[in-house]
Amino acid sequence: MKTRVSLKVNGTVQEHEVEARTLLVHFLRDQCKLTGTHVGCETTLCGACTVLLDGKAVKSCTVLAIQADGAEVTTIEGLACNGKLHPIPEAFWECHGLQCGFCTPGMILASVEILNRHPKPTRQQVAHGLDGNLCRCTGYSHIIDAVQSAARKSAARSK
Amino acid sequence: MAATKPKATGYIGRPVKRVEDPRLIQGQATYVDDLVLSGMLHMAVLRSPYAHARVVAIDSQKAKSLAGVRGVFIGHDINERCGLVPCASLAPDQKAPKHTCLASDRVYFVGHPVAVVVASDRSIARDALDLIDVEYDPLPVIADPEAALQPGAPLAHPDLGTNQAFVWTLANGDLEKAFKEADRIIKSRMVHQRLIPMAIEPRGCVASWHVGEQSLTLWTSTQIPHLIRTLLPGMIGVPENKIRIVAPEVGGGFGSKLNLYAEEAIVSHLAQRLGAPVKWIESRRENASATIHGRDQIGEYEVAVKKDGTLLAIKARAIADIGSYNQLLTPAIPTLTGSMLSGCYKMKAIRMDIVGVYTNKMCTDAYRGAGRPEATYTIERLMDLVADELKLDRVKIRLKNFPKPTEFPFNTVTGLTYDSGNYQGALKKAQELADWDRLIKQRDTARKQGRLFGVGLSTYVEICALGPSKMMAAGGWEWGCVRIEMSGKVTVITGATPHGQGQETSFAQLAADKLGVPMSDVVVMRGDTAVAHYGRDTYGSRATVIGGTAILMCIDRIVAKARKLAAHLLQAKEKTVEFENGCFFVKGKQKNGITIQTLAAESYVAKNIPKNWEPGLEASSFFEPPNCTYPFGTHIVAVEVDPDTGQIEIVKYVAVDDCGPQINPLLVEGQLQGGIAHSLGQALFERCVYDENGQLLTGEFMDYAMPRAADIPNYILGHTVTPSPSNPMGIKGVGEAGTIGATPAIANAVMDALAPLGVKHLDLPLTPEKIWRALSRAKGSAK
Repeated sequence: MKTRVSLKVNGTVQEHEVEARTLLVHFLRDQCKLTGTHVGCETTLCGACTVLLDGKAVKSCTVLAIQADGAEVTTIEGLACNGKLHPIPEAFWECHGLQCGFCTPGMILASVEILNRHPKPTRQQVAHGLDGNLCRCTGYSHIIDAVQSAARKSAARSK
Repeated sequence: MAATKPKATGYIGRPVKRVEDPRLIQGQATYVDDLVLSGMLHMAVLRSPYAHARVVAIDSQKAKSLAGVRGVFIGHDINERCGLVPCASLAPDQKAPKHTCLASDRVYFVGHPVAVVVASDRSIARDALDLIDVEYDPLPVIADPEAALQPGAPLAHPDLGTNQAFVWTLANGDLEKAFKEADRIIKSRMVHQRLIPMAIEPRGCVASWHVGEQSLTLWTSTQIPHLIRTLLPGMIGVPENKIRIVAPEVGGGFGSKLNLYAEEAIVSHLAQRLGAPVKWIESRRENASATIHGRDQIGEYEVAVKKDGTLLAIKARAIADIGSYNQLLTPAIPTLTGSMLSGCYKMKAIRMDIVGVYTNKMCTDAYRGAGRPEATYTIERLMDLVADELKLDRVKIRLKNFPKPTEFPFNTVTGLTYDSGNYQGALKKAQELADWDRLIKQRDTARKQGRLFGVGLSTYVEICALGPSKMMAAGGWEWGCVRIEMSGKVTVITGATPHGQGQETSFAQLAADKLGVPMSDVVVMRGDTAVAHYGRDTYGSRATVIGGTAILMCIDRIVAKARKLAAHLLQAKEKTVEFENGCFFVKGKQKNGITIQTLAAESYVAKNIPKNWEPGLEASSFFEPPNCTYPFGTHIVAVEVDPDTGQIEIVKYVAVDDCGPQINPLLVEGQLQGGIAHSLGQALFERCVYDENGQLLTGEFMDYAMPRAADIPNYILGHTVTPSPSNPMGIKGVGEAGTIGATPAIANAVMDALAPLGVKHLDLPLTPEKIWRALSRAKGSAK
């Protein structure tokens, strides 16, 4: 049996039939064709599938599409505004905060939440905020640099 | 080939931002799972829950009748059509089981593929797995490699009649004499625990068969598309020139994707058989249980030394638990441990016997460092144990046994020739950056206060840029091609297959500098055998050194060819034509020069070219390295151990690495930090655990403890630069340095912290529990 759900994904309404068991991540990847959100474990542990659900960072492999009915979702594809890079991905680029790139969309969306909570985060606050996101390439140091750099840039822009 | 000097003002040597990144940071990259082909089917794999069992019966009727299922395929059906999974490195006289794609009448490890389902949808394929009824008759399991060698032990593969796969021996110098000359013989046993590579993107592949062309395209998350193209024909019977392998965006490998796996052959076969594209994406649990593991050696070591600390010889016997089968390089990996066991040191004799042992576990193979971390960890722990035993300074004993910089190329006792080195220089610089004397004072003060503070170091050398073809199974060269397009844009094609290392950037830096064009005009293509016709791919820290040199050779050929055309157009003698900043000109007449872009257009329009001059500006090259490269360095670590919890805090981390001149220091730093994180995992957290029944207890991220962001210390990174004579740029490779150099430094620091309690050695990982137990034992014995 399928159920129709309607979500606002990156500002666009996405209405599709889903099975009760369809995970949000599969809804995004298979039905909305937004493949920037990745699956690394399907057990909420690696964080590669992190998206913003009503503004909060969640792991989309542990949310059913039905649970998200009516919600607003932001994926990595939706972070750019008016064709301009969002300050966080831009900082990941500048600080070499990624290598293979597979964990990167999840890292970036988790970082959005970190900066929402701590506009000027310490290294510890960033590291703590990324506790649910695994990276096997970078060794995290450049990722932490990137999040702090994005915080500084955002602060400078809003001045 | 002319050695072209890098320009100080160019791209080479600068921390240029990666050209790969815009697609990766905006969710626009294409990994295997992002591919959707028309009519694509999905495969799921049923795997054995037993480590050793007879397969009595398989009933797949229910699965077959599930709506959406296109087929269920079991052992003989697939194995009759897909050949054996290849191993390129069996030891002479090695007894090896037939590695069929699916298990037939027996399963030999948890995760062993038993059947596959193909369905219209991924969920249906998974549902169908649950409907397959397999009757197993469990058999005795051998999971412990030491027990495996005891008489009467259960046999991992009863048909082989033994668990011993091979004995590999390296013996050089007069060992007996050296041990007789020794004042002291220091013995140690060390366990190098099994690790799981755990790339965040699991494996996966999509195969598509073009019936009209009778050709196969396989997209697969691999480090080695070219090696797969060489090996797959032997499995599925499609000729090499009808096979295209594409490694699209690959989400990390670390050696685990340096293999041709059964699933890659099965999807290729089924796409052909079912007449539809077939996709398989590995789950995390499958990745932990059925993608290769790393390390897993248990060694007994004896070091013969003079009382002044002069090393004389090492005698070693190690058991390598290779698991149930031989994957591509399984037996070769422990031999790298033997070759690198003498580390940075001179000695007169060495002997290492490695006994490869079959157990009912997943195979081991190349995991970042691949045999060298075991060597470096062993020798660097041994150096500390020797210093401790002889009451000598740890730094001085290392300095005493290093070859001098003037002794390079240095022939090691193991039979290698280290290309270049200045081990003293790297050690000195690391000590300066660490403020060594003050750090030791800090430790001594802490000790007086009863705190457990330790300082450790490791001085490492590694073997990289693997390697000259004579030491490889099938070619150690790399291929490249450079084309100046008619528009003047530059296309660089490499046979190396980067998967996160950033050669799209570093090779563009190279080409832009050498051709005098903007980097934005250069595109680097990789990872597709239809584009990069030849290649030997990325592993063993080889891509930049060997692949980069091949690109350099192409550019030299293009410049030489273009110079002839320039001379013709400038009506000058060829030898009077100079090339600088992308412009050919007659000396002193720079203003009248011709740009390489103009020459490119002229070369294709070809209306005004010299007689017998072939149109076009393209060159391809194979670079065959004369030797491996040997990067080196010193890592210094300070730790404090919490006496109540056994928790370890890294207080200071200093690394000085010498990988020769750096093309892009930002990327070098990234490789080092990433490599050190793998070391940190090995030293403190990670351990692949099987129980005595061969059940994998660490099959998810929940149980397999990888470093997280909060575990990472602040790094102080430095470099020395000792060029390699083995390639024109003098570069050495850096992909595995951190993983090789860091583990022993961390371990030595923790052992130094525990030294006042009389703890001499603990095996890795140094988990809080292990430390806490050691502290409790030490306190107990002190009472």
